[in-house]
Amino acid sequence: MRQTRLADLFREQHDVILADWIKALSDSTAARRDLIGDADLQRQARDFLGAVTRAMTSGELDVNAIAWDPVRELLARLSRSRALQGFKPSETATFVFSLKEPVFTQIRRTSTQSDTVGDDMWAVTTLLDGLGLYTTEVFQKTREEVIARQQQEMLELSTPVVTLWQGVLALPLIGTLDSARTQVVMENLLQRIVDTGSMIAILDITGVPTVDTLVAQHLLKTVAAARLMGADCIISGIRPQIAQTIVHLGVDLNSVTTKATLADAFAVALSRAGLSVAPAAAKPAGPSDSAVAAH
Amino acid sequence: MIPTRESLPLQTDEHVVRVRQTVRQRAIELGFSLVEQTKVVTAASELARNTIQHGGGGEACVETIMDGLRRGLRLTFMDTGPGIPDLTLALKDGYSTGGGLGLGLSGARRLSSEFDIESEPGRGTRVVIVRWK
Repeated sequence: MRQTRLADLFREQHDVILADWIKALSDSTAARRDLIGDADLQRQARDFLGAVTRAMTSGELDVNAIAWDPVRELLARLSRSRALQGFKPSETATFVFSLKEPVFTQIRRTSTQSDTVGDDMWAVTTLLDGLGLYTTEVFQKTREEVIARQQQEMLELSTPVVTLWQGVLALPLIGTLDSARTQVVMENLLQRIVDTGSMIAILDITGVPTVDTLVAQHLLKTVAAARLMGADCIISGIRPQIAQTIVHLGVDLNSVTTKATLADAFAVALSRAGLSVAPAAAKPAGPSDSAVAAH
Repeated sequence: MIPTRESLPLQTDEHVVRVRQTVRQRAIELGFSLVEQTKVVTAASELARNTIQHGGGGEACVETIMDGLRRGLRLTFMDTGPGIPDLTLALKDGYSTGGGLGLGLSGARRLSSEFDIESEPGRGTRVVIVRWK
């Protein structure tokens, strides 16, 4: 009964409601006329009201019902595109909520029995509240997706294993070594040791601000795993303050070769590989010299 | 210097990072040397992780304090978890119930100027450390 009454109201008074709503939207500050043009705002209002009217005809007043799928899809699209345009989630929700006033006006105007007015208003309020909150949910979900993607990208980006020389790998660690990232670090390093057949891997912790027992434990585990695969690890980038802190903590890094800088570690790696770096031989006499000599 | 006091929640790993950053910031403001900063930040990191891992979460309080001309940083870690039945054992190097190195609590004590721990089984644990400049 109430369903058909509301469906009729939306259908019959559609044009009046739309006109009132667009006028209210144009005057409202939440409509953010700096971000959206007249034509777009009117189209969004028309599309939304049209979708609501069609969903009403189904006789279902629960916004989570199947009949309301098209409305929710429309709102999801609207919320995403508005988020990109720079609307705040509350402004998009207000867009939906602002439909209440023109609808209430029509309910009051067309109602023949006063006892149904309260019922109808309550039904419309519940409905539009649900839809308005849905737009903020979509907004939040879009944000969360972005954050999750960025986290994934950071995991990938922050753990590059580089080849310094044939058989010598380096892993420059940067930032917080929490367990999720350390897992990725270990997997990457062990895989690269296999791929390149490297004998030596240098773990550089210059970019790790805090080395506590958990970080130390992660490092020791990585070293142990690499050793099982036949590769030796050198930990470099141990700054004075980190060295003192490790000593106070009582962490035993004696089983691992450690160096203050990546350059020191590289020198150790080269000498273990039987290589050495020597200055280039004194320059042979240049062409200009010989030219002088010839005269 | 105006003494400051901040409370920080400790529930997830991200909160440990927050605590470390806050402690480092305050230590820098107090003029701590790089070694002192690193020591107090590392101690905070250990205790914050203990609060989450063993205490089931709680909160940290970061205060800058003055004693005459001496300036320092007081950190309090509180949880309402299961508590520690044997404190002497818990403070022993290499003793661990969480699969770690067993150096967190004893290491934090060595990194601090003052260290105080209270624990009641079933009620929770409270660790207070002070690092003077």
